[in-house]
Amino acid sequence: MTFVKGLKCRECNQDYPKQPIHVCETCFGPLEVVYDYDRIKSSISREKIASRPNNLWRYRELLPIDGEPKVGLYSGYTPLIRAYRLGEALGVKQLYIKDDSVNHPTFSYKDRVVSVAISCAIEFGFDTVSCASTGNLANAVAAHAAKAGLNCYVFIPDGLEQAKIIGSTIYGPRTISIKGNYDDVNRLCSEIGDKYDWAFVNVNLRPYYSEGAKTHAFEIVEQLGWKIPRHIVVATAGGTILPKLAKAFNELKRVGLVEDGECKIYSAQASGCDPVIQALKKGTDLISPVKPNTIASSIAIGNPADGYYVVKTIQETGGWGESATDEEILDGIKLLASTEGIFTEPAGGTEVAVTKKLVQQGRIPRDEPTVICITGNGYKTIEAVAGIVEKPFCINADLKNFDDLYNQLNQPSREKAVAGKR
Amino acid sequence: MAAKKEKVRERVYLTFPGKLVKEPILCLMAKKFDILFNIRGSTVTKEIGLAALEVDSEREEIDRAIRWLKETGVLVEPIGKNVIE
Repeated sequence: MTFVKGLKCRECNQDYPKQPIHVCETCFGPLEVVYDYDRIKSSISREKIASRPNNLWRYRELLPIDGEPKVGLYSGYTPLIRAYRLGEALGVKQLYIKDDSVNHPTFSYKDRVVSVAISCAIEFGFDTVSCASTGNLANAVAAHAAKAGLNCYVFIPDGLEQAKIIGSTIYGPRTISIKGNYDDVNRLCSEIGDKYDWAFVNVNLRPYYSEGAKTHAFEIVEQLGWKIPRHIVVATAGGTILPKLAKAFNELKRVGLVEDGECKIYSAQASGCDPVIQALKKGTDLISPVKPNTIASSIAIGNPADGYYVVKTIQETGGWGESATDEEILDGIKLLASTEGIFTEPAGGTEVAVTKKLVQQGRIPRDEPTVICITGNGYKTIEAVAGIVEKPFCINADLKNFDDLYNQLNQPSREKAVAGKR
Repeated sequence: MAAKKEKVRERVYLTFPGKLVKEPILCLMAKKFDILFNIRGSTVTKEIGLAALEVDSEREEIDRAIRWLKETGVLVEPIGKNVIE
């Protein structure tokens, strides 16, 4: 049973039936899924959701599938962690981490959007799924395609690090490395998407793919006891997730799952690739492209496809945004790891560093519920932090050696001694 | 007899930096290359120009036109912009 009415152009409002297309035939504006909210309202309830398995399909009425979900049955419903120690460090009383670094099966928020895209791909009758990616997206597409038994083609720019390639190739897709710069890769992938009858998850299935991002927000609200947080900080790359958080909060109100609540949404970008933050600070909603130069490769998109909608959403919700230098990003990764035991990739370090700035600026008040969305896992980007962690001490297998070292290190420190208070 | 070259249609998204906003770039492109194009959407401010184009021609001619646009300083992307994530 579907609750989808169809697709609507976000620019000229033209309606389309549900089909695998992503831009308006008239104005080339992006398309968005539209639902029958009145029917959803009479069908959905908190109790019904609570009775379902702990995965992202708990909110299936608000997702664009017609039948039963096909993949992602273990994806989503990641922990929402009360971050006492990080909160203390940042000076925020009620701080939470929504931790998609442990999302199943490929440890990033992309498992959400890909679960929805591939379930839709199967409903549309595609036998091949594809994407162009440098990391998390390719990992997720390859893994979910394997689970679904679909053919899979992954396109990567030539010269990508081995570790990032293996995180996808292990699942058995055909992986095509394309020579040329990112512009060339973009153009070729777009042409392949047009020519071959494949589900290119973030191209022709983009309207469905991006709907999966809403589940991140649905879960936060449910995990907070059906309350919308006051502030939420999320990294911006292509710009998929931020506008969808706002859409999710609005939908929850519209279908009666929450009564009220307004959330200010903040964007976090790396200083070496911050087109959205530059636009925000200039007071314009038009994004001037930049050439990325940052260690935060998973969010290094110089001309975000949905950048305009990111800025618009931030302005509508009363949020803001900030950027963080590579040094601040690495400090953010270390701070999150050392206070909350969560190892995130540079995108997550960016969010922590930006939250710190926004609190210091007084943009985020210290006494209101605030959520940081951690969208990726640090074990995939070990090289980024290799230079900033303490090197192991090497001693002989002799207790005296250790005694000497221990005294030298003067452990336990005061900080460790008070650990365990919470 | 030479084989007839394949005609293709391509949708591109163009971003003009501020310094090119007052230049007649698309008009020059129309004069320089044997292409047909239709502007489906556009926005112009002092600082930036955006245009969504549907271009029809032979593949090589579209390639040449796109190369010229890039050399002129225009950012040329597929209509969905960044495909790589």
